[in-house]
Amino acid sequence: MGKVVVVTSGKGGVGKTTSTAALGAAVAKTGKKVALVDFDVGLRNLDLIMGAERRVVFDLVNVIQGTAKLSQALIRDKRVETLFLLPASQTRDKDALTEEGVGEVIDKLRSVFDYVFCDSPAGIERGAQLAMRFADEAVIVTNPEVSSVRDSDRIIGLLDARTMKAEQGEHIAKHVLVTRYDAARAARGEMLSIDDVLEILSVPLLGIIPESQDVLRASNLGSPVTLSEPLNSAARAYLDAARRLEGEELPVIVPFERKGFLDRLLGRRAA
Amino acid sequence: MTFAAPLEAKSIRFRARSFVAFTLTPEAPLDVWLEGLDHWIGNSPGYFAGRPVVLDLNTLKPDVAAIESLVGVLGHRGIRIYAIELDGHTALAPNLPPVLVGAKEATTDGLLPREARAEVLDRAEGRAPEQPAEARAGTGSAGKDQASDGKVDASKAGDSEPQIAQEASGTLMIKAPIRSGQAIVHPHGDVIVLGSVASGSEIIAAGSIHVYGTLRGRASAGALGNRGARIFCRKNEAELLAVDGWYVTAEEMEGVSRGKPVQAFLDGESLRVSTLS
Repeated sequence: MGKVVVVTSGKGGVGKTTSTAALGAAVAKTGKKVALVDFDVGLRNLDLIMGAERRVVFDLVNVIQGTAKLSQALIRDKRVETLFLLPASQTRDKDALTEEGVGEVIDKLRSVFDYVFCDSPAGIERGAQLAMRFADEAVIVTNPEVSSVRDSDRIIGLLDARTMKAEQGEHIAKHVLVTRYDAARAARGEMLSIDDVLEILSVPLLGIIPESQDVLRASNLGSPVTLSEPLNSAARAYLDAARRLEGEELPVIVPFERKGFLDRLLGRRAA
Repeated sequence: MTFAAPLEAKSIRFRARSFVAFTLTPEAPLDVWLEGLDHWIGNSPGYFAGRPVVLDLNTLKPDVAAIESLVGVLGHRGIRIYAIELDGHTALAPNLPPVLVGAKEATTDGLLPREARAEVLDRAEGRAPEQPAEARAGTGSAGKDQASDGKVDASKAGDSEPQIAQEASGTLMIKAPIRSGQAIVHPHGDVIVLGSVASGSEIIAAGSIHVYGTLRGRASAGALGNRGARIFCRKNEAELLAVDGWYVTAEEMEGVSRGKPVQAFLDGESLRVSTLS
């Protein structure tokens, strides 16, 4: 039985889709079978970031409504052969998703794949609640900004109340992934510190992804950064986060700014 | 030229108040019941004068015409009906008193929700409760309990609907952090939170509120009219603190008490927030 991981945040634009793609690709590179499911019906983006937009024939709504089989809708990635994408419908809205339908699709995916990543839409409405409904674990993507952290806190409340696991009295494992962390701004105190974020959310840290132009460039080129530029700092942070998600215990290094001669003398690497 | 008078920047105070009303529960046959009532009034003349009386019609279940005549008959006896309790109705007729829902039973321990009262009565009479406890808990809040031992878990309130703690009495202890968007309403006593209370969440308690983490949300103590209630927290980052309807906002707390361990209590006509050493 595979593990279902919802990638969620509450707030929009914090990097849910980018992180879904980067984490999913990172896990798939280790040989695990991974499915990425886009729940953002009506505003799909995961296909673009995976570079699969020109190969979409059927989507999640077709599968739920029975007009296509799951195997027809899944798109295999061209770079990693254990990585699959189930796109969302761009022409429908979130009312096309039913709880039973989503449950059936997730159950089928769970029986075939090692990991199922559900890319949640922003907000706390129906779409977001269906994306998290059947999850075993949750990755909460947060920027170190007060608004993002507060929205994440709200989402954590929903995860503890509205998921199937929570309703059955079980514990849903939660991880915070801090994205767009700007070491220079953090040093000037213009952002919340990692400690502040963790203190507010009281959820364990999965990783810290530094703010990086490479991530945006990779997204625009239709390739998760963990595949296209695996050596840059953001990609390495995602790869480490993926290993932690699989249960490995790795220390999290807070990115810092290269300060000049003294740092180089001490042998520190800029993150 | 004329100028409009400037609006006075005076904040409106909302507060919840409880009053004790007497409930009359007519039973069939009605003329026998009225005879008994007359006998009672004969023994205690003026007993109902000026007292709020609520008419519980859930036993009799009369139609609207019968209710009208009953209200009139009671009026002739000097009993003024303030409101009517009748399940399944939200309004009756414009000339009738309003329908009241959500009644709590007054006991020596305080106010009890109806179901809880039924259970207490059952227990007192040595009968088993009709519903299993889980079924009752299920109506009030979703999911199983993690936060408090065998009690309804208000911390699971991941919804904007406030979760009302259904315990019969006493203190509600919440061992998990309270997340943004959650509302804990505890009309029967103190609330103790072992974790933090997030920005955008709310605690409303009839008694005092104790927060052992950081209080970043809103806290209203003594919400049912208890001036003696207080709010305590280890670190005050609260959006709003209120006791018995008197409140201070974060802006007004800027400076001295922010980020410190504090208590908030009523001192005459104002809410004082003072640091705990």
